[in-house]
Amino acid sequence: MTTEHRLGQVANYVDERTGAAAWMKKNLQKVFPDHWSFLLGEVALYSFIILLLSGTYLTFWFDPSAREVIYEGSYEPLEGVQMSAAYASTLHISFEVRGGLLMRQIHHWAALIFMAAIVAHLMRVFFTGAFRKPREANWIIGIGLLTLGIVEGFLGYSLPDDLLSGTGIRIAEAIIQAIPVVGSYLSYFAFGGAFPGEAFIPRIYIVHVLLLPGAFLALITVHLMMVWYQKHTQYPGPGRTEKNVVGYPLMPVYMAKAGGFFFIVFGVTAFIAAVASINPIWLYGPYTPGQISAGSQPDWYMGWLDGLVRMAPPIETYFFGYTVSWNILIPGLIVPGILFTGMALYPFIESWITGDKREHHLLDRPRNAPNRTALGAMSITFMIVALINGGNDLIATHFDLSINQIMWGTRFGIFILPPLAFIITKRLCLSLQRADRELVLHGRETGRLLRLPSGEFVEVHEPISPEKAYLLTSHEQAPALELSPEDSRGVRRAGAIRNKIRSRMSVAHAEAVPKVSTEDLKEIENH
Amino acid sequence: MSNEIEAIKDPGLPAHVHRKADHDPVAARRAERQVAAMFMISALGTVLMIASFFIPDDVFVFIPVMGNQNAHQLGLGLGMGISLFFIGMGAIHWAKTLMPDQEVIAHRHEFRSPDSDRKEFVDTIKEGAAATGLGRRSLIKRTLGAAIGLSAVSPLLLFRDLGPLPGNDLKETSWKSGTYLVTDPGDRRIRASDLEVGAVAQVLPETADPEHRKLNDIAKDAVLLIRLRPDEFNLDAERLSWTHEGIIAFSKICSHMGCAVALYEQTTKHLLCPCHQSTFDVTRAAKVIFGPAARPLPQLNITVDAEGYLVARDPFYEPVGPSFWGRISS
Repeated sequence: MTTEHRLGQVANYVDERTGAAAWMKKNLQKVFPDHWSFLLGEVALYSFIILLLSGTYLTFWFDPSAREVIYEGSYEPLEGVQMSAAYASTLHISFEVRGGLLMRQIHHWAALIFMAAIVAHLMRVFFTGAFRKPREANWIIGIGLLTLGIVEGFLGYSLPDDLLSGTGIRIAEAIIQAIPVVGSYLSYFAFGGAFPGEAFIPRIYIVHVLLLPGAFLALITVHLMMVWYQKHTQYPGPGRTEKNVVGYPLMPVYMAKAGGFFFIVFGVTAFIAAVASINPIWLYGPYTPGQISAGSQPDWYMGWLDGLVRMAPPIETYFFGYTVSWNILIPGLIVPGILFTGMALYPFIESWITGDKREHHLLDRPRNAPNRTALGAMSITFMIVALINGGNDLIATHFDLSINQIMWGTRFGIFILPPLAFIITKRLCLSLQRADRELVLHGRETGRLLRLPSGEFVEVHEPISPEKAYLLTSHEQAPALELSPEDSRGVRRAGAIRNKIRSRMSVAHAEAVPKVSTEDLKEIENH
Repeated sequence: MSNEIEAIKDPGLPAHVHRKADHDPVAARRAERQVAAMFMISALGTVLMIASFFIPDDVFVFIPVMGNQNAHQLGLGLGMGISLFFIGMGAIHWAKTLMPDQEVIAHRHEFRSPDSDRKEFVDTIKEGAAATGLGRRSLIKRTLGAAIGLSAVSPLLLFRDLGPLPGNDLKETSWKSGTYLVTDPGDRRIRASDLEVGAVAQVLPETADPEHRKLNDIAKDAVLLIRLRPDEFNLDAERLSWTHEGIIAFSKICSHMGCAVALYEQTTKHLLCPCHQSTFDVTRAAKVIFGPAARPLPQLNITVDAEGYLVARDPFYEPVGPSFWGRISS
């Protein structure tokens, strides 16, 4: 019996019991466009699966308890030391469970890769405009997943209860405590009393292994179902339109590629975990609030937050005898709140600015949306400056710099560099548009010089292919919104200031180098 | 729209270029062997993993660049990595060389339903809403809203016992008038002479049961003793009277976010918190000279008893640790 025949039998069995043939046929032939940048989201998905598998493995030995024990394991430097059961069981996984250290390292590396992939995927979606109608909801789900990922990662590295992670928990407690009016109450509810107490390890454990993974599963499922139902976006190019999807069918090519890619991501994660040590908790010792290790660093996706907290000015105000810690509230809650809310609302903000309510399935080349690309570059610059300050102590010791200078540099840099990045990026995008225009009008520089009979030297230009020329001219250049302060009967409209802001932003958003038009081409021909 | 007249027409999908393996049986056979080889490498990786499982965990191998590595861990990880990676490589190579690589076109339709459907949909909603009479029966609407709103409060109530109310807990430490300062670790009382000029020591309040000191207590009680020459201080008379023979005591819990302020720089006499780099000047009663902390570290008023052991003259005069809403209110 051939393989095909046997597969046919399975299909028959399934269809006779579910009537799924028509639906399956349609979906197995589903077309997925191919591009390397579409793999970023896949990396995030596969890292999540690796996290579920390796995390489940770790729960078989991890003891989420703050109960005091005396260490009697095989790691001699900590022999006889008093520690929590959580820390002792993490040592047990690392030293006595065969493969335990490998799985711990896979789990931690996969978490770092998961967050990196989410951020890279988010950038791809942002810079190509994939969040536009009809995909706004999926964008918001994505921001939700990013936020949950930060929290989940933080709780995860807090669980071993080593000196470093306990310090992180202490900082989280201080942020909760800084919330006006109810802060100390919330902190006492969260920790079951004073810090650190014995309640927080079992509590964050159940949040880390059940509550948040459940939320992840639900959100990821909806995220993928929407991608499936709305069909994937595609990059512009010959033959690609708003009305079609060009790519490979799910069965067999896409299935083999995507399935194979899962194994590659898992294999690479295992390789990194085999050769690169991460979070060697046995070197830090158990947590006690009276001690600390120098160079305390959170994982990279928390680093920007720590950097903002470090650079905050020492401002605390007293209000009828009550204390408001702006030095904690601004960097720890207010700025992140504004950033994430703004990010979630961006699709709606952009469509309000452009007045564009149409569906978009063709992606933008980042240079063709200069304002959006510049805004993205500005946000990334902001995060990088904050992240640099989050590692200011390590930078100071590694490069022999003064920590005070780095801090002052980033305090000014956080205000100066992002706008600068905006201006430079916008100019760069417009220059690239101009280069595209030149390329279509005058062709590619060949590097060949020709001497004319008159003695003049000219460089020979070669016309570019029709495919390339189409790619460089197929984008849309929508004009700015025209919002006159008066309506057709000359009556002043309500919300004049809002309209003014909107039309100013619309003008900035529509700024572009005119793409090659039919007239331009005719003019060239007449030369 | 501005795109109505395109300067350059869409040339359509480029013609499909066949791969060598599509028409050359030798090339196809070669690709098949390559895929099979990758799957074989994967199997070898699994063999390596199984073999490594039985390496005792005290065997180390030297790898250039990486140095000495635990053979058991390294073998397990490399074996696992190789076995998984090459399954993936094989599958993708198979898809790229032997499976059909002709791009296909699927059509997309606008999500917006036909106007007739949309109208019927809206009508259905309107009829349904009208049938309930919610618009007219405002009494039902309001009481329903109030009932649902209220019912959301009760789960909050159920979470009340997550923890006790803070009360005065955040404002009090174990330091009382006459509490002895003891070493941490060791729990031994300290004489002024035990501490040389320039030295720094972590101390805790003496307790009857040092074996079972609670982390909750350490989180508030940890104190840093620093001894300077008395003339190095730049303090007012009152604060100076809280020191003893150049020994000054500060809460070790950072007034910013509660980390242990553990880095003492002897030459500058600065205390630095490793978390957020708040820097405190010991000679000026831990005044903040850099970083995000807004308040000095609370100073503990110390003296000696008749036998010369260091004791606290009073409890802390202000709450230790990070700020909170009711920190200075009574």
